[in-house]
Amino acid sequence: MTSAAAEPAAVWTVVCRYHDLQPERGVAALIGRVQVALFRTFDGTVYAIGNQDPFTGAYVLSRGIVGSCGEIPTVASPLHKQVFDLRTGTCLDDGTTAAGVYDVRIRDGLVEVMAG
Amino acid sequence: MQDQQRHLVVVGNGMVGQRLVEAVRDRDARRTWQVTVLSEEPRRAYDRVALSSYFDGVAAADLDVVAEGCYDTAGYTLRLDEAVTAIDRAARTVTTSRGAILGYEALVLATGSYPFVPPVPGRDLPGCFVYRTLDDLDAIRAAAQRAAVSTRGRRAGLVVGGGLLGLEAARALRLLGMSPHVVELAPRLMPLQVDEGGGALLREMIENLNVTLHLGTSVASIRRDAGRLLAILANGTELDVDVVVFSAGVRPRDRLARDAGLAVGGRGGVVADDGCRTSDPDIYAIGECASVGGRVYGLVAPGYAMAEVLADRLTGGTASITAADTSTKLKLMGVDVASFGDALAASDGALEVTLSNPVSRSYAKLVVSDDAKTLLGGILVGDASKYTMLRPLVGRPLPGDPVTMIAPAGGGTAVGAGALPGDAQVCSCHAVTKDAICAAITGRGLTGVGGVKAATKAGTGCGSCVPLLKTLLADSGVAVNPALCEHFDVTRAQLFEIVRVSGITTFTELIERHGRGRGCDICKPAVASILASLERGHILDGEQAALQDTNDHFLANIQRNGSYSVVPRIPGGEVTPEKLIVLGEVARDFGLYTKITGGQRIDLLGARVEQLPAIWRRLVDAGFESGHAYGKAVRTVKSCVGSTWCRYGVQDSVALAIELELRYRGIRSPHKIKAGVSGCARECAEARSKDIGVIAADDGWNLYVCGNGGFRPRHADLLLASTDRATLIRTIDRFIMFYIRTADRLQRTASWLQSLDGGLDYLRSVIVDDSLGISGELDAAVARHVERYDDEWAAVLADPERLRRFVSFVNAPGTPDPSIAFVSERGQPRPATLPVPVRALSAEAGGPTLEVV
Repeated sequence: MTSAAAEPAAVWTVVCRYHDLQPERGVAALIGRVQVALFRTFDGTVYAIGNQDPFTGAYVLSRGIVGSCGEIPTVASPLHKQVFDLRTGTCLDDGTTAAGVYDVRIRDGLVEVMAG
Repeated sequence: MQDQQRHLVVVGNGMVGQRLVEAVRDRDARRTWQVTVLSEEPRRAYDRVALSSYFDGVAAADLDVVAEGCYDTAGYTLRLDEAVTAIDRAARTVTTSRGAILGYEALVLATGSYPFVPPVPGRDLPGCFVYRTLDDLDAIRAAAQRAAVSTRGRRAGLVVGGGLLGLEAARALRLLGMSPHVVELAPRLMPLQVDEGGGALLREMIENLNVTLHLGTSVASIRRDAGRLLAILANGTELDVDVVVFSAGVRPRDRLARDAGLAVGGRGGVVADDGCRTSDPDIYAIGECASVGGRVYGLVAPGYAMAEVLADRLTGGTASITAADTSTKLKLMGVDVASFGDALAASDGALEVTLSNPVSRSYAKLVVSDDAKTLLGGILVGDASKYTMLRPLVGRPLPGDPVTMIAPAGGGTAVGAGALPGDAQVCSCHAVTKDAICAAITGRGLTGVGGVKAATKAGTGCGSCVPLLKTLLADSGVAVNPALCEHFDVTRAQLFEIVRVSGITTFTELIERHGRGRGCDICKPAVASILASLERGHILDGEQAALQDTNDHFLANIQRNGSYSVVPRIPGGEVTPEKLIVLGEVARDFGLYTKITGGQRIDLLGARVEQLPAIWRRLVDAGFESGHAYGKAVRTVKSCVGSTWCRYGVQDSVALAIELELRYRGIRSPHKIKAGVSGCARECAEARSKDIGVIAADDGWNLYVCGNGGFRPRHADLLLASTDRATLIRTIDRFIMFYIRTADRLQRTASWLQSLDGGLDYLRSVIVDDSLGISGELDAAVARHVERYDDEWAAVLADPERLRRFVSFVNAPGTPDPSIAFVSERGQPRPATLPVPVRALSAEAGGPTLEVV
């Protein structure tokens, strides 16, 4: 899940408690000037993708509906409903478009994101 | 392969020429043809039929009809601004205006037509135009703008010709701010399509649109007069106008063919056989420049048919042209006109059945054979809704008494898709039969109109057959996939019954027992709505919160930049001065853009998530609740001022509107529900464009249902007449609840009604006569809703747990979203334009594109 966003200078940043995340709902986090959308799926996994909807430029993906497409965990943009793969940030409706993806981990009940 | 390619040269890139290229491209899978198209216009093919929409703000690019990627295909070339000037038949070459010489194996003439300008003295003066190309329209617009400067008072334009094109031109002039006059030599408008009776109604309706008609006369001369034009008609009338537009018919452009020695018809047009072949076996003619069977057609549908036939022939087929369908359906300045088959009853012994209704302003005529058993044609003016079903029946046995077939809805023989024979043409633009459509539906497992369009092209022309496509999809049962989405194999209505009967209260239980996966943006809000309708808890409680669309999740309406709008409920549109002041203060204090909505409310836009609770607090304290201006729910009940003030009002429409809005607020439904109440028959509340429309009568209320504004307008149908208030409300209760139970996801009441077997009569039998015995349940469901309604916004304010989600950032609750920025326009904020990131996977890195602006 390493992404190029993880520059050498990037560090893990604590953004919230795991229990702050509701199942199948997202939240946004602000890390420096970067907006990250965090999601907790039904099985408890946490994913982090860019919060910006690449189709409109609005920072709203964290407010989309979480679900599944086959085996793929997804979120649908709340503006025009394009669906994104939570694991990669890639848009499933348009394979040439992506929202970006971030490394995320849970430590001591805290959610940490690698971005910066 | 390349060496064996033959060269097809197409002269002209109008709608028909382009259709030919695309049809060849579709059929010639082995690419045996190399195709070169030469167009003298600087633009590629565009929709000439919709020309006047250019003045409605439609951009030239939107009129483009070229299929995506058509000229990216290897071997397909379009050369614009290059006319063909000569054909050398012996050498099989053409010479172009740029001096190029191109060889061909097959040459297609699709040069179209030119406008006929009658020999009127003065017709060449500046200010006189024809109406044919986008360049013509640009020139007319420029003249209109010059006149706006030079002419004081109302500007005027004269249209010569009262046919289809003339009325389109009149519409265009009106859109340019001019008063149109139309001169027509015949005693009625659209003489080729409409008879005397239809013409009389058409005349009345067009004159009501402030178009001045001069029928049965012609223009005798035009001359300059004090900077304007003076048109003198044959009947002596003198008109001061700023522009004159000639649209008195077209003539085939056959000059190129004549010069090359090809046979031309007596009335012009390149003579072509039923395979579109001219007197030279390597040269073909299609569209308005062709004379087929001695006729030249000035409509696009026969041209398209020729293009399809020729494409078939060029790719080894043997298709031939049958009698061309000259049926027409169009909206002329908002007036529906349709004409099909032998509309003017020219056949021997033809009988005419006419129904003229001056009250509803509609005129319908069917032309039938002398034994009254076969439909030959017809005319519809004012209401052309029956056109889609009637046109394919031309030449076929009548399914019922002709009078009942044109009788208004509710009283007549329902002519259904089942009555159509298999070879009936459903889409006349693309000549697609019912059989072809049904074969595509079953053969390819199509499940939606989009699929049918892509597979058969039906419905991609004028679009009038789209409702019929839907019916055919539904009728072919097996092929239609009723599944809500990939997670549930049942329809929304079935899911509703499952939830209702099983008592399931959570999405997880429902999907584990009756579906698969974890849902999506389609099924989750649908289930949320069903649970809400069945009174299974607050929409933001527990798991329900995760089902909601962002609007229902944040109880406000998301805008393009990620901010939200708040639309406080103003029942019936009635508001006190004190409350109005509060709205102004809230908007000012939170820096919100303010606009009056169409639903008689005040929209406050530009709130960030974290501002919403504070805004609601101010509103709740002042006695407002926020409103369901988002969401699939009852929106507003619009009203006129009614009998309390209005000198015409006969009932108190405001009081009833308030009562209805408060009764049904918060009810969740398959789609939004809008309502209106008018205090008299003048209908100022526009109730008949609503899902539920109530109009006062002297002796009670009339209830109309299933109207629609928006994309596909529909007037509501009368369900109950002169009823008392209690019966009225009980019937509306049942109407709403029956709709909630049985409609599809995102199906407005108008299309729901169309999908109900038996239509309005069936609906009336269920909710008025209780034919299904469910009225008790429906009544009880509404009673429960009314009793348990609580203010969803106040409930959020009272609950710290729910309030926690109203932050922009989980790790910085006090920080506003820096991407939401505004600029000032006309003294108010509007969203600053957001930079859209580069849309490519190469930007997967995210880093630079994800930066906050």
